[in-house]
Amino acid sequence: MSELGVEDRARFEQLVLPHVDAAFNLARWLLRGRTDAEDVAQEALLRACRFFRGFHGGDARAWLLQIVRNTCYTWLEKNRPMELSMEFDEELHLQTCATPETLAIASDDRKRLILALETLPPRFREVLVLRELEGCSYKEIAAITSIPIGTVMSSLSRARRQLYSALTNSGHKEAAREV
Amino acid sequence: MRCDFADSLLQGYFDGELSGRRASEFERHLRHCVHCATELVDLDLLRDRLQLAQLYEPATASLRRKINAPLHAIAPTTAASQPLLWHWLAAAAALLFVAIVLGRVGPRLHIDDYQAELAGEIVDAYVRSLQPGHMNSIASNDERVVKGWFDAKLKFAIPVRDFANDGFALQGGRLDVVEGRSVAVLVYARPGHLINVFIWRTREPDTSARTGSRQGFQWVDWRKGKMEFCAVSDADRVDLEQLHQLIDSSA
Repeated sequence: MSELGVEDRARFEQLVLPHVDAAFNLARWLLRGRTDAEDVAQEALLRACRFFRGFHGGDARAWLLQIVRNTCYTWLEKNRPMELSMEFDEELHLQTCATPETLAIASDDRKRLILALETLPPRFREVLVLRELEGCSYKEIAAITSIPIGTVMSSLSRARRQLYSALTNSGHKEAAREV
Repeated sequence: MRCDFADSLLQGYFDGELSGRRASEFERHLRHCVHCATELVDLDLLRDRLQLAQLYEPATASLRRKINAPLHAIAPTTAASQPLLWHWLAAAAALLFVAIVLGRVGPRLHIDDYQAELAGEIVDAYVRSLQPGHMNSIASNDERVVKGWFDAKLKFAIPVRDFANDGFALQGGRLDVVEGRSVAVLVYARPGHLINVFIWRTREPDTSARTGSRQGFQWVDWRKGKMEFCAVSDADRVDLEQLHQLIDSSA
C-alpha cells in the first residue's frame, strides 16, 4: 500500500472512491448483512488500493466491483462454505429458506423483498443486485462476474423467476417445479 | 406454459440490451405470444417493487472513516490535507457557498429549490471534470494553445496566462456549465495543490477581492472588466491572493 504515490493516490481518489457505495451495496447483498459487508468492503478497497497500479483506465466501477465480488466469495468460502455449496441445489434451498410462511411473517413489502432476495443463491442474487440496484449493463455484469453475456442473461432470467415465485404465495412450489 | 423464444430474448428486451433488429424481431413475436406479454408485465411490476423498496444500501459512515484512515496513513506529507473521500463534495460545497455569497442566488427567494438545483449542477460539473478523457478540457502549459482552445468555444475572450515563473504553472483548462451558463475554468498547479479559476461574464462593476473558506477550501472572488473570477483550491489563501494579483495585473 505504501507504494501508492501522490499521483496514483489522487487518481485512486478520483476514479475509485466515488464507487464506495456500490462496493458496500454489493458486499451487503452478497454477505446478507451490514457488519460483514463493512469489513469485507474495507478489505476489498485496500486490495483495490494495492492493485491500483495494474488498473489502466476503463470502467473503474466494474474494476472495483470485481475485486469486491472476489473478496466476498473468498470470505464466504472461509466463513460460510455451506451457502456456496447450496447454490446449485435450488429446490432444497427454496424449501429451507423461503417458505411462504416465513415470507408472510415479514411485515411489509420491503422486508419481504429483502428476505426473498437473500434466499436466492449468491450467483443469482448478484446479477439481480448489479442489474436492478446498481444499474449495470450486461457487459458490465459480465466483466464483474467473469461470466459470458449469454450466461448473464439466463442467470437474470432464472433469478427473476425465482424471486417472483418466492414473493407469490405458492412461491416455493412453482420455483421448485421450474428449476 | 413457457415460451422458448421468450427465454432467450425476453430478458434482453426488457433490459434494453437487444440490438434494434433483434428488438423488432421480438416485438413481432410479442404480438402473438400471450405468455411473453404477461411475463413482460410481471417483470415490470417486479422492477417497480424493487425500486420502490429502495433496497440500495450506501456505504456506512464508519466504513468511509475506515477507508479514509489507511489512505491518509500512506499520504505523503506534501499531499493535500483534506479528507479524501469528501474532497469533491467539499469542493462542490465551497462552490455553492461562493455562489450564495456572491448573491447570484437571490436571498431566501425559493432558496431551497434553487439551492438544491444549483448544488446538483455544480456537483455534476465537478464530477464530470474528474472523468478521464473529459471532452471539454485541454491539457497544455502553452497559454496560446489554451487561449485558442477557449476562443473557439466561448462567446467571450478570457485572459489566459501561464505564471510558471511565479510558481503557478498553467495546466490547462476546461469548460463547465454552472447555473446553465458556460464558464471557463483555468487550472493552475502549485506544489501539492491544484487551483481552479472559474471565469464567466458579468454586467456588474469591478470589485476588489473577496475571500472566504469552506470546509478547508479557500476561495477568492473578484470582478474586473465585465468578468468575474473565482479561484478555488485547498492551497493557502495567500497563494490564491497572489494568483489574483498576477491575473489582475496581466489582464
